[in-house]
Amino acid sequence: MNKFWVVLSQTYLTRFKSKSFIIMTALFLVFILAIGNIDRIIELFNSDEETLIPTVAVIDETNLYEDYLTDIESQSLQYDVSSETEASLNEAVLAGEIDGVLTLSDDETQPFTATLRLEDVLNNRLEYQVNEHLQQLKVMVMTEEAGIDGEILQSIYSPVSFQLEAIEKADGTTSKTEEEISGARGLVYVMLFLLYFAVITYGQMIATDIANEKTSRVMEILISSSSPVSQMFAKIIGIALLGLTQISILIVTAFLVIQTRVNDFDGDFFEVFGFSDIDVSVYVYALVFFLLGYLLYATLSAMLGSLVSRMEDVGQLMFPVIILIIIAFMVSMFGLESPESTLVTVMSYIPFFSPLVMFLRVGLLGIPFYEVMLSIGILLVTIFILGFVGAKVYRGGVLMYGGGFKLKDLKQVMHLSKKSK
Amino acid sequence: MALHINNVTKRFGSFTAVDDLSITINKNQIFGFLGANGAGKTTTFRMILGLIDETEGQIRWNDQKIDYSVTDSMGYLPEERGLYPKMKVKEQMIYLGRLRGMEKSSIIKALDYWLDRFKIPEYKDKKVEELSKGNQQKIQFISAVINQPKLLILDEPFSGLDPVNVELLKEAVIELKDQGTTIVFSSHQMSTVEELCESLCIMVKGKPVVQGALKDIKRQFGKKNLLVHADMDLSFLKDMLGVVKYAETAQGCRLQINDESVSQDILKELIMRDGFIKRFDLLEPSLNDIFIEKVGESYE
Repeated sequence: MNKFWVVLSQTYLTRFKSKSFIIMTALFLVFILAIGNIDRIIELFNSDEETLIPTVAVIDETNLYEDYLTDIESQSLQYDVSSETEASLNEAVLAGEIDGVLTLSDDETQPFTATLRLEDVLNNRLEYQVNEHLQQLKVMVMTEEAGIDGEILQSIYSPVSFQLEAIEKADGTTSKTEEEISGARGLVYVMLFLLYFAVITYGQMIATDIANEKTSRVMEILISSSSPVSQMFAKIIGIALLGLTQISILIVTAFLVIQTRVNDFDGDFFEVFGFSDIDVSVYVYALVFFLLGYLLYATLSAMLGSLVSRMEDVGQLMFPVIILIIIAFMVSMFGLESPESTLVTVMSYIPFFSPLVMFLRVGLLGIPFYEVMLSIGILLVTIFILGFVGAKVYRGGVLMYGGGFKLKDLKQVMHLSKKSK
Repeated sequence: MALHINNVTKRFGSFTAVDDLSITINKNQIFGFLGANGAGKTTTFRMILGLIDETEGQIRWNDQKIDYSVTDSMGYLPEERGLYPKMKVKEQMIYLGRLRGMEKSSIIKALDYWLDRFKIPEYKDKKVEELSKGNQQKIQFISAVINQPKLLILDEPFSGLDPVNVELLKEAVIELKDQGTTIVFSSHQMSTVEELCESLCIMVKGKPVVQGALKDIKRQFGKKNLLVHADMDLSFLKDMLGVVKYAETAQGCRLQINDESVSQDILKELIMRDGFIKRFDLLEPSLNDIFIEKVGESYE
């Protein structure tokens, strides 16, 4: 097994030290840092005056509410009661000295009517904020007039105590809670992209590596030194370790960025994609399905890579692999919306789709343990068969040279590798 | 330490690449494979190395099947030269050497020795693609012998090299032989084969047509060459009994004769005629003659 490690470390180190790997990783890191600090970046490009708190001048014709408005403690808006004329205030708005003019006037049926004059009335956040403040004011004034106590008012507005619980099924499983599902959904998203990315990038890398050794004809020396089967698996695992290294770097960076920025983010992000409520088993499944999915596609890529004899043909042969992963990706995207559909259930047992689709079901639904094991079992058997066939094809394929790739070559390859009886 | 090839046949579908080949190659021997293109030489080599399996028969090295447990003592220079073009010579050798079960320190030592020997030490840290074709071939040769193989297989080792480098490589091959390496090689250059091999095999369409020790082959061939330089018209020799081939040269003619006794008849005939004989030389048949005759024969 010594030579296995030689090939493995060679595969890993050559790629790890290569310029393309370093540049790609660096680009991803920059991308992650940029996403994590997107608010700061946006701020950077905004001019200073827009970050100032906007000021609205108030002309109170009723003379009743100005104290209330000036008392509003808003971080994002400041009211300024003015005695100037409307016309001069309008000019001040146009000159950019203030941001708006609010006029409150008497009304027969309601406490007041209001008019807000702005320079630009489209998509202006001031409109909503002022509207909200006035609504609060109105409620306060009217309840006071009706003689309702402030405490009663508070309890009217406090939310109902409401909880959602899943009933335990006969087999002991319960359907997931909303928190768990949204957490899992985030993880499924991440998994989908990672596996998709891994298959396309690292699968291509394996196929290219092998095709490269074939084109440069160094392959014949290699296979006369050590077994092609062990070489194939050394390559697959070497590239897998490389992939894990790269993905780990990215995940650790992303984690650190989130940790340092956790207080700056609004709650929404973590509510939708929150990872805090996920069961540990889902993480384990994520890792298991990711590794198995990678192995499956990597073995397929290695087999295909050994069939080409020119670099130009690698893309052509990788096409079906990419189609497979795209289908898996599409089905999973559909599955995120309706994880209980028959299509998703069926697809979760088909090897090339199951790493994504079964994981999605595990994450989003409470499915029995044996179903997951069945899917993993099928996956393992497929990997084994593919590894076996792949090794045979590899053995023969590396000795076969010729332009293009035809199906009959596959037959010839199998023949080249056939053991004599 | 001997390589036994016993009744080996290799078929690819209906095509027979090697047909009932039996050869024994002893230790410290240089064995030559000759044959036209597609005669089955490379297929035989690949079978010896265990890269492809024989359809029938068996190949044994020291009474043992050749598999990945013994590859550390094998060396192979494939006909299709191949190294990693983007890798430096040193890195490349370390990788290939380790795949032959060597330690890094001994690889470097051996590499330095061979680079000095081939007078190219300055290429140690160059990328292979930056080297000329001949130098790449020398590096390729080093990769085949870096592990001091017990069995060395060289597929067309001298093709594409200039005469100076052919000499360098030949010396290296002979030295390896003296150190105890069994060497099997194929070549199109008859002179090289004649010079290096004690035994050889000529293959035609997968079948061995001539095989054995070089001097036996020459003796059994029977036919001799006769060189005659004389100041007269020699064209009458064409029609003499026992003359197989007649070719005019600048100073006379070159004949191929059935048997060496024929030369004496010719000599008598020449003396009877009126002319000045400058040269009369009975020559051993060259390997080239044997090759052309045998390969040509079976094409007919």
